[in-house]
Amino acid sequence: MLSRVADSIYWMSRYVERAENLARFVDVTFNMMLDLPPGSAGQWQPLVSTTGEHEWFDEHYGEPTQENVVRFLTFDPEYPNSILCCLQAARENARSVRETISSEMWEDLNSFYLLVMDAASSSDSLQSLQDFYHEVKNAGYRFKGITDGTMPHGEPWHFARLGRYIERADKTSRILDVKYFLLLPEPSDVGTSFDDLQWSAVLRSVSGLEMFRKRHHGITPERVVGFLILDRMFPRSIMYCVDQADQSLHAISGSPLGTFWNSAEKRMGKLRSELAYAHVDDDIIEVGLHEFLDALQTKLNSVGRAISETFIVADATKTNGGRTQVQSQSML
Amino acid sequence: MSQSPTSRLDFSAYDTGGFFDELVDEAGKPRAGGELLVEKLESLDFEELVRRQAGAERSLFRLGITFAVYGDTKGKEKIFPFDIIPRIVPSDEWEWLERGLKQRIKALNLFIDDIYHDQQILKDGIIPREIVLAAASYRKMCQGMNPPRGIWCHVTGTDLIRGGDGQIHVLEDNLRCPSGVSYVLQNRLVMKRSFPQIFAASHVKPVVDYPSHLLKTLEYLAPDGLPNPTVVVLSPGSFNSAYYEHSFLAQQMGVELVQGSDLVVHDGFVNMRTTAGLKRVDVIYRRIDDDFLDPKAFRPDSLLGVPGLFAVYQSGRVALANAPGTGIADDKVIYAYVDKIVRYYLDEDMIIPNVPTYLCWDGKQRDYVLQNLDKLVVKAANESGGYGMLIGPHSTKSDQEKFAGLIKAHPRNYIAQPTLSLSRVPTIVGDKVEGRHVDLRPYILYGKDIFVLPGGLTRVALKKGSLVVNSSQGGGSKDTWVIEKS
Repeated sequence: MLSRVADSIYWMSRYVERAENLARFVDVTFNMMLDLPPGSAGQWQPLVSTTGEHEWFDEHYGEPTQENVVRFLTFDPEYPNSILCCLQAARENARSVRETISSEMWEDLNSFYLLVMDAASSSDSLQSLQDFYHEVKNAGYRFKGITDGTMPHGEPWHFARLGRYIERADKTSRILDVKYFLLLPEPSDVGTSFDDLQWSAVLRSVSGLEMFRKRHHGITPERVVGFLILDRMFPRSIMYCVDQADQSLHAISGSPLGTFWNSAEKRMGKLRSELAYAHVDDDIIEVGLHEFLDALQTKLNSVGRAISETFIVADATKTNGGRTQVQSQSML
Repeated sequence: MSQSPTSRLDFSAYDTGGFFDELVDEAGKPRAGGELLVEKLESLDFEELVRRQAGAERSLFRLGITFAVYGDTKGKEKIFPFDIIPRIVPSDEWEWLERGLKQRIKALNLFIDDIYHDQQILKDGIIPREIVLAAASYRKMCQGMNPPRGIWCHVTGTDLIRGGDGQIHVLEDNLRCPSGVSYVLQNRLVMKRSFPQIFAASHVKPVVDYPSHLLKTLEYLAPDGLPNPTVVVLSPGSFNSAYYEHSFLAQQMGVELVQGSDLVVHDGFVNMRTTAGLKRVDVIYRRIDDDFLDPKAFRPDSLLGVPGLFAVYQSGRVALANAPGTGIADDKVIYAYVDKIVRYYLDEDMIIPNVPTYLCWDGKQRDYVLQNLDKLVVKAANESGGYGMLIGPHSTKSDQEKFAGLIKAHPRNYIAQPTLSLSRVPTIVGDKVEGRHVDLRPYILYGKDIFVLPGGLTRVALKKGSLVVNSSQGGGSKDTWVIEKS
């Protein structure tokens, strides 16, 4: 397939996943606010800090009030990673590969986009905003279902999966990291300020509370951390995502699992092994959750770069300079 | 005719306004082929009709069948407005049109081939040499070129109009990547959904096989001995106003849609960059102009093209549709000579007449044009899309003065035609049905045989009284039903 097309499908898929995760982020914070005793402020600030754009936010919005943060992350047409901009970018990418994706995918993504555009232009109450986040999540599920159900499971489909799972792994790590900021300022504090409410909210944000309960019953930070990073069955855990991305990568190049033919497979394989042989206490809590997650995000980024070098800008002739879109990789 | 929301349409009360109406005659009686449609339309609640119209528009939006409007910085997309009352073409008239279009394309192809080889038609004095060689669309570098199978114009869209006397004329030939065929196919889809019963009963000739015909036409051009040639559609990219059509056609043919940057000339062939390295391309259906194809051969500042492409084409290792240089045949001055061209190459009378045309390079005709600017339509010889045009009766004194200056400065660049009273078709306008002016663009494919897609794109000027049907200037479209012979 065309390198440009592979790139666009990969990013289309990433942006849809990103929008869905943003909705999860904001939605869970709403829910948490409702459960907290009155006067406990400061739930919205961490969302801003994790974007890495707090200076930009300060300049454009000032106070991290609920309204400001919600507007920033959801409808800001100038912040390139707002839900609105993600959908625009996903749709633009899809538009440039309309002949490769199925008509059903295009139609669905187009209505997803119109849903967000409509919500952005109406001044909605808090209640309907929560409905909106719910709809965004469902639209994300639907798009993946339509992708899996209407696209041949060949190379383009694997690029879509690759984008989806790399993005999701990154976002799960960041959802965890946000709560780290909030709950566990120092590695040595892990476990001391345990808060069932907060961790339930984190699990709910990744639709994982029920699955977690079935597996582990009682909530402890170690178990939640282990579940979200290392569980092999939970479809939003980092281990699961890396595993799936690894499989698609091998399906694209045709090399056997466990081996590597290119730098993307090499880096992905190393990351996969590292997670497969990690233990939550020794390898994560001991190192420090934030430090672990930070390193993980760096590795995911380097996998992303290697994918681009291997399939997108790789070029036998070098003339005309194989080009790729510069897509925003920053937080959220 | 005005309708209260619960009433039904009554075509006997419909006002044709003194124009030729495609659906009903002056007495409100349906014309041949339109009987069933009129009967069904009259049996529907008007409210229901309006609802189906709204439903059709919604589905176009949902399908994302939109075009970008140049000069709109917000990048707003619009749907090409669609009216659900179709335009009917009776089978006899269609047979005549089909014959005429095939004749015209055959002659124009011979003309292009002659111009880029011996120029016999110029030597014989049928067309003044300076007119041809001074045309903006004449490509000197194509002189002596032999496109595969001797075909230059593989895809053509010919604009037809019907005047007040009921006679159909050719208004324009479009031999340079004419667009709009995707709307023909999508309009048909939407119509089938909106009026399944009427549609089923009307015996309308299908259009759905256009992409297979197009693919066959393109594959026919591949270098000899290639059982499975790689065909691609070359688009300027997603910001082009016709991008939707490019991707639609690629998708329907099941071929790659490429941009200039996806292609590279390597080892004497054109290749596309894929995730598994370079892959050879054999036939390119290009939807970019000659000027932008190859910066080495045409405009050096083009970023859209593929450096070295033209040289590969000349060596016969890749085919281009349409061939570079083809535009010479749709120059509006050459247009005035098509009857002579048909007679010269085919020794036949031209079947579908042209619109009378005044050539401003001729002193006498120019004087006539300058004295009658308020009555004529003046067109630039090398523009399309309704740009560079003066519609005399709708123009101001200062418009006319501006064009008089332009004509005097560049007489070769302008032609003029009488203002035609284009035929009309009943169209839903708010809560009323009124006649609106239309034209018709059939699509012609020239491969092993010449194929004319039954019907074509009916464009409709939605503004009351307007004669400009271009999508960039407030036009919409209708489905075109060629009725099968019963």
